[in-house]
Amino acid sequence: MSDDKAESRGEGSKNIAKERLQFILVQDRIKLSPQQMEEMKAELLDVIKKYIDVDDNDIEMDISREEEMMAMIANFPLKKRD
Amino acid sequence: MKGKAIVITSGKGGVGKTTTTANLGTALAMLDKKVCLIDADIGLRNLDVVLGLENRIVYDLIDVVEENCRLEQAMIKDKRNPNLFLLPAAQTRDKDAVSEEQMKSLINELKEKMDYILVDSPAGIEQGFRNAIAGVDLGLIVATPEVSSVRDADRIIGLLEAEGLNDPQLLINRLRRDMVGRGDMMNIDDIVEILAIEILGVIPEDENIVISTNKGEPIVLKDKAYSGKAFNNIAKRLEGQDIPLMTIEKESLFNKVKRIVGLS
Ligand SMILES: Nc1ncnc2c1ncn2[C@@H]1O[C@H](COP(=O)(O)OP(=O)(O)O)[C@@H](O)[C@H]1O
Ligand SMILES: [Mg+2]
Repeated sequence: MSDDKAESRGEGSKNIAKERLQFILVQDRIKLSPQQMEEMKAELLDVIKKYIDVDDNDIEMDISREEEMMAMIANFPLKKRD
Repeated sequence: MKGKAIVITSGKGGVGKTTTTANLGTALAMLDKKVCLIDADIGLRNLDVVLGLENRIVYDLIDVVEENCRLEQAMIKDKRNPNLFLLPAAQTRDKDAVSEEQMKSLINELKEKMDYILVDSPAGIEQGFRNAIAGVDLGLIVATPEVSSVRDADRIIGLLEAEGLNDPQLLINRLRRDMVGRGDMMNIDDIVEILAIEILGVIPEDENIVISTNKGEPIVLKDKAYSGKAFNNIAKRLEGQDIPLMTIEKESLFNKVKRIVGLS
């Protein structure tokens, strides 16, 4: 989220701080750099592609914190049948 | 007597550990508890200065662990409160001069004589930090409402838990009500949500803290100071009293109106 967006919604900078923190802490806690995260995603994708046809363009993978727990949530849309 | 030992710690430096140790210690002593403060910031001592006791130091923590003197000889009695003692850090030695084992046995010895032992920890996560947490029962983590400070607090929570010091508690320092009100500073709920940790208290930003530090007189001695009251409340909570958080985090009505009509 950019400064401008937050400001136009009438919010101060604290929401930016909070979002950045949440992102940083996820990386700190799982001890993965953004680079390693990308590598992991690429490797995971290779494995999955061995077995099923997935749509490369719409893959989502995120680590997030839900309540007390951290979770990696991945979404691999299957390729539409032609 | 079986006292409780609490380490006052943080990841980031300069967030208020020493200020908290001095004021919380004084506040507990004013509740008639026997309190010993330990300055574990070896080589960079300043708890003595914040308390105005710098002229009374003869022996220090290293002298005690190296048995150059008895524990009682090194404990400086506060000039205002007979319940309060300070065990100063050595200024001329490095932090490796004490071991975790030595700290642990020192804390255990003090637990027999005191109600509370507060350990002022150095910043960082090296040997000084390990020494400061040795033998304590509770970790009190000080953080300011800023990204870097909260991030480092999260790291420290992880380290404390890895050392078996579970359920640390949080003290948020230097909260600015005006900035929280206009949404330019994270509020208590934001920080507690991010760190998922119990909150023990909140201290407002207060220039009187700087003034009181200049004089070497803890702010809790001033009846009127808002921040002093906040420290007194924390002492009472440690004593098991149910004192609600002060409402500094709440947005004032005036600010709210200003925000809604677009003046801020
Ligand atoms: N709530 C506060 N309001 C204003 N100044 C503060 C507050 N808390 C701490 N300070 C000031 O911030 C500086 C750093 O505090 P200190 O307790 O020495 O931090 P630390 O021991 O964590 O390095 C000191 O100059 C102190 O007077
Ligand atoms: Mg300090």
